[in-house]
This record gives sequence, C-alpha cells and structure tokens, in this order.
Amino acid sequence: MEQQTGTFTVKKGLAQMLKGGVIMDVVTPEHAKIAEEAGACAVMALERVPADIRAQGGVARMSDPDLILKIMDTVTIPVMAKCRIGHFVEAQILEAIGVDYIDESEVLTPADEENHILKHNFKVPFICGCRNLGEALRRVGEGAAMIRTKGEAGTGDVVEAVRHARAVLGEIRRLTTMADEELMAYAKTIGAPYELVKETKELGRMPVVNFAAGGVATPADAALMMQLGVDGVFVGSGIFKSGDPAKRASAIVKAVTHYTDASILAEVSKNLGEPMVGINVSQMPEGEKIAGRGW
Amino acid sequence: MKIGVLAIQGDFAEHILILKRLGVETAEVRLPYHLDGLDGLIIPGGESTTIGKLSVDFGLLEPLREFGKTHTIWGTCAGAIFLSKDARRSQPLLGIMDITVERNAFGRQVDSFEADLVIPELVEGSPYHAIFIRAPIIESVQGDARVMSTLPDGRIVAARQGKLLATSFHPELTQDTRFHQYFLSLAK
Repeated sequence: MEQQTGTFTVKKGLAQMLKGGVIMDVVTPEHAKIAEEAGACAVMALERVPADIRAQGGVARMSDPDLILKIMDTVTIPVMAKCRIGHFVEAQILEAIGVDYIDESEVLTPADEENHILKHNFKVPFICGCRNLGEALRRVGEGAAMIRTKGEAGTGDVVEAVRHARAVLGEIRRLTTMADEELMAYAKTIGAPYELVKETKELGRMPVVNFAAGGVATPADAALMMQLGVDGVFVGSGIFKSGDPAKRASAIVKAVTHYTDASILAEVSKNLGEPMVGINVSQMPEGEKIAGRGW
Repeated sequence: MKIGVLAIQGDFAEHILILKRLGVETAEVRLPYHLDGLDGLIIPGGESTTIGKLSVDFGLLEPLREFGKTHTIWGTCAGAIFLSKDARRSQPLLGIMDITVERNAFGRQVDSFEADLVIPELVEGSPYHAIFIRAPIIESVQGDARVMSTLPDGRIVAARQGKLLATSFHPELTQDTRFHQYFLSLAK
C-alpha cells in the first residue's frame, strides 16, 4: 500500500502528541526560542499577541508569511498560525508555506459572518475555538482536528476559559447519561451533527483533542484548566506580556505536567515577577469581547 | 504485571488505554519514585524537547537510565528519540540505545502519513498499519541494536536492543494491539 498523507487520523494524531503540553503565542523567532527552551510543545506564530490586537484595534489579519517562516526555521517543535474565520485563502497560504496547524481564530477579525472554512478540503490540520459542545462539534463536522475552548483572549482573566471549559465538559458528562433515543433531539437543540453527538457519547469525551485558551496567565490558572479536564493549555499574551517570560513559561509548562501536585505548583509559582496586567472581563463592554465571534 | 507510562507530556493516555484493555495494571510516571515496583515502561509520543527538559528538571534522567539496565522500555516517536544515543542536535537524551535518529525526517505535518509495514517478529505476519506523525527515522543502528522493520525504501522505523524497543510510529493511535503485546512479552 502507498503512503497516505492528510488523513483525519494523522491530522488528529498531531494534536494527540501535543496533549499534556503548553502552546505559546510568539511574535518573533527569539520568543519562539524562549518558548521551546521553556518546554512548550508547540508555538503559535503571530504578529501581535491578543492583548496588543485588543489595545491597537483595527482589522487583525493573518501574519506575514515571512515572519511565520522565520519562526519555523528557528524551532523544531510544531508551528501553528492563525487565519481569519471563513478566510479559506489565508488558510491556503498557510498550508502552502507548511505550517503544522492552522487556527481558524476568533482573535482575528472574521472574514465571513456565517460560514467557517470547510477544513476537510485541506491536508494541514485545523484547530478551532468553541464556547460549548454544539459549537465544538460543528467545527469538528467541518473538519477541525483539534478544539480549544475560547476563553477571552488577551485579558489575563481566566474566568471565561473556566466558563467555556465547564460548559463543554459538563455537556459531555450529561450526554453520557442520555438514552440513545434522546440523542437526535439533543443534536437538534445544540445544533451539532447527530453522528458526532453519538460518537461523543460513546467515547465519553470530545472526539478530538481539546485544549483550553483565552486568559491563562499563571501556573495555577494552567493547572486549574487541566484539573477541570482539558487536554492541554494555550497561553497567549500571558507569557510575553509578563515581567520574566522565560521563567513564567517554564513554570506554566511544569504546572501542566504536575497539575495535581500542589506542592510542585507552589514551588513553580514562586518569584515569577510581574504577571500581565490584565483586564477584568466582567467590567468589559459586550462589544469588546471576541469570544462571540464564531457561528 | 505493572507497566508505567512516562506522563510528562504527549499521548500517554492512549498507551494506558491499550494496556488496560490488555488487562495490565498501569501507572503514570512523572517523578523518580513513580518507577518503584514497575515491570516495564513506555515513553509515549509527544515533543522530545519537552519530555527531555522536564526529565532534567525533575531528576528523571539517571533513574530512567538505571531502570533501563534491568527493565523493558519502549519509546514511540518522541520516546524513541529520547532513548537514542544521538539525535543529531543538542537536547537531553537518555542515550541508552545504540541508535542514531533524525527528527522530523519526513518533513512537516502535511507530510505525516499512514503506511503498512512488515514486522516479522510480531506474532502474526500480516501487515502492520503504522501511523507516522512528524516522525523521526532511525538513521542507523550500532552495537547490539538491530533493525525490526523498515519502510519499502529501506529507512529504519523500528529497532530493538535487548529489552529496549524504539518505533518511529504510533501503535497507540491504532486498534491493533500486537505491538503492545510484543512489548509485554519482553517485560515478563
């Protein structure tokens, strides 16, 4: 038999290799090196971290391919990059330069306010954000091979990450107790493909790897998300907007590995310097929240 | 029999699921004392730089090397890199298998693939469907290490040295338990 590339198994498989790890936002090759040396299992290459996108406003687009390529040349770990929701040409460009994963991300300004990218059309795997199980399974239905709960990117406030992880994982727990004849009505209610609802019930978990994102700023935040039941953690602005990025990055990696060991968590939380300043999500005007982008 | 799976980072849960299906007691290994009472160890797929760095930080390198002198250890993908003597770049390695590996030898993720392999030592001789994710190849084997399987073009993807096993691919991502059963037969 010939070698088969781009199968759903190999797309999903790379996400499985990232489990128990930390994926860090980086904006320069130097950041990428710091992230790799701290033990990141992958990096997200972008021009501005979410906190800066928030602060500067304007339209946020795919990063310059040259910047992404420079980061790919600097590290041996997988490199992800973001395209706008529904912008399949940005995705084609990212696939052409050989990124390892594409994040169809609400952090960038959406290009389509009704449709997401048909991700089955690509050989490169995609990750997408979600706030609940229905949104997650719609994205998997379109071909996403990895999911992340959205949280509220660029805030340093973990409250939305917790809300979305609790929503998704709680809905899966309730689904596992439903009778089979209830699944079609449930699929209709949450707007998810029936077959994926059925598969999720049988597996007792999301059918693809599920990370947490959006607001993780400390080792304790990261361990909190792991104890809630996600497979790994994204840290965006939380590292390179803090006082000592290398030390904080390394501490968050250790916290994700030893997420149930409170004495190690205490040890790695010591003397990390200033955390990112952060924005309190509960005092943020609705219009400034980005988690609502995605349909 | 009790088998440990190194649970620093990677797809350790997938290995544990298969071991449990085979009726084996399992343990997650994150600190040196977790190795006590184990009959064998699997080092899963993941990122070898992450696994190496945290093994250094939590004092696991020497205990793992000692464990490997008397016990079976099997490394899949990142685990195989971690077992090797030489990964052609500077990163923490156990260095207990006489193999040289090349990381990401097939390219980037878009080049990850599935293929059927012939692995003569597996109980039944039918092809083994293998999954390669940003996989390393075993460039060469030295000393007592020997080749267990190659791709049709001759590139080495599985090797054994006494009780130590290294595979470029991921049996834990399939439903085929033959490789795990082979590993358990060595751990006995």
